[in-house]
Amino acid sequence: MKTDIKLIQDGKRLDNRRLDELRPIKIEAGVLHRAEGSCYLEWGGNKVIAAVYGPREAVPRHTQNPLRAIVNARYNMAAFSVDDRKRPGPDRRSREISKVISEALENIIIVERYPRASIDVNIEILDAEAGTRCAGLTAAAVALVDAGIPMKDIPVSCAAGKIEGQVVLDLGKDEDNYGQADLPIAISPRTGQILLLQMDGHLTLDEFNQALDLAIKGCYTISEMQKKAIMEKYQKVEEVK
Amino acid sequence: MTITPSIMRDFLIKLSSEGKRADGRKFDEFRNIKIEVNVVNKAEGSAKVTIGNTQVISGIKIDIGVPYPDSPDSGVMTTSAELIPLASPDFESGPPDKESIELARVVDRGIRESQIIDVDQLCILPGEKVWMIFIDIHILDYDGNLFDAASLASLAALMIAKVPIERLKPTLDKLKDKYPDIEQYLNQHPKDFPLPLSEPPISCTSAKFNSVVVMDPSLDEEQIAEARLTVATDNNGDIRAMQKGLNGSFSVDEIKKVIKSSIDNGRKIREQLYKSVGK
Repeated sequence: MKTDIKLIQDGKRLDNRRLDELRPIKIEAGVLHRAEGSCYLEWGGNKVIAAVYGPREAVPRHTQNPLRAIVNARYNMAAFSVDDRKRPGPDRRSREISKVISEALENIIIVERYPRASIDVNIEILDAEAGTRCAGLTAAAVALVDAGIPMKDIPVSCAAGKIEGQVVLDLGKDEDNYGQADLPIAISPRTGQILLLQMDGHLTLDEFNQALDLAIKGCYTISEMQKKAIMEKYQKVEEVK
Repeated sequence: MTITPSIMRDFLIKLSSEGKRADGRKFDEFRNIKIEVNVVNKAEGSAKVTIGNTQVISGIKIDIGVPYPDSPDSGVMTTSAELIPLASPDFESGPPDKESIELARVVDRGIRESQIIDVDQLCILPGEKVWMIFIDIHILDYDGNLFDAASLASLAALMIAKVPIERLKPTLDKLKDKYPDIEQYLNQHPKDFPLPLSEPPISCTSAKFNSVVVMDPSLDEEQIAEARLTVATDNNGDIRAMQKGLNGSFSVDEIKKVIKSSIDNGRKIREQLYKSVGK
């Protein structure tokens, strides 16, 4: 898309970030009383809340798997989270995102422990500003830990992209709208395995390698923040006692 | 359906006959209320209300729309509530069920019938274009008394909401081709402006079980309640709306008592509401 907005000037981006800099991220674990586990996450202008219920009996019955649990992630945008009000309820976009997030989480949760059960992960986007699926998955991972669901690792997600011909980390809103490519990924930081990968736009092979590297680096930075948020919650519990 | 264990039921009933409640409150006492405004940047106005463990977010979006034929000069207001599965193990995704419809309608009525919003001032071009106000309520954490939390959050969000003239400038400019009279409206309203609001009534909900009536029921109390009564009162202590729910009954004396404590609690909550929106 052609535009007269300059996305990079003097090596700085519109919001004054370096090319390999993340937007500010804040993570808080255990924010809801009713859910088994929950997490509130702010990532730039994104505000996301995730809650986990289960493992509990999967309903309707025909969805049950006698050998393992099913993972139901549900990504949902609030009507007021975007500029023009979004009609409530799932649309094609949110169904697709729910599916890829479910699949990424299923890989990391030890589902064999809970035959016939479902683990429900609800992700609510309260405020949206580019990169909601990464924010959603990252929050969901912390909520799963908070819920005490056995997992092989804490998954984490981040995106890289291309603007003005340069590979950058974590696209902001205008960068997403007017940039040339977006590459959201999710990894398992312990093994480095890739759990989610999507791309749209145009990248050469070199640029792709560069973007993937950058996104993985971003994931490791965020992974530390996730762990810190979880530790902080348990520290707080300790103090109350 | 969450099952309130019979142990919990017996416990609550035993406590109530000693004049106590499970969380140590008096019968006519609210849990702690917290009101935070501007929690969502993309919304025209938003607020998060916490009553005890219950958490509700209400967001306002404002758009340009077509008025109803029977009120061509008035703005339009719609309220919807979503009992999203995030908030409780009992809520399911899908189209709004009867619980969320009742919740949305009670909140909607509280705002519409008490004429808090002066919809006549929300007309852009009579018969053609008006402002449409969408109130969307999201329940985040469900621990009883959604009515009061949802209506308080919606009031706070409305009180800080701004009509987004600047955001919708391109759309309005485009409309000028078809309706040149919009030019005049834009000259009168060059900037974002707050919604025309009047004094809001505050709603307080009580529940009755084992012949005691408690204000602001928690989830456990709600589950064993036989009857429920919501009373909205204004600054003068006048009653502006009432709604009874569930299959139990109230005596006249009980209703009078509920109204009295609704007025007292409503007064305190109104003060807190004004303070949190900076008025």
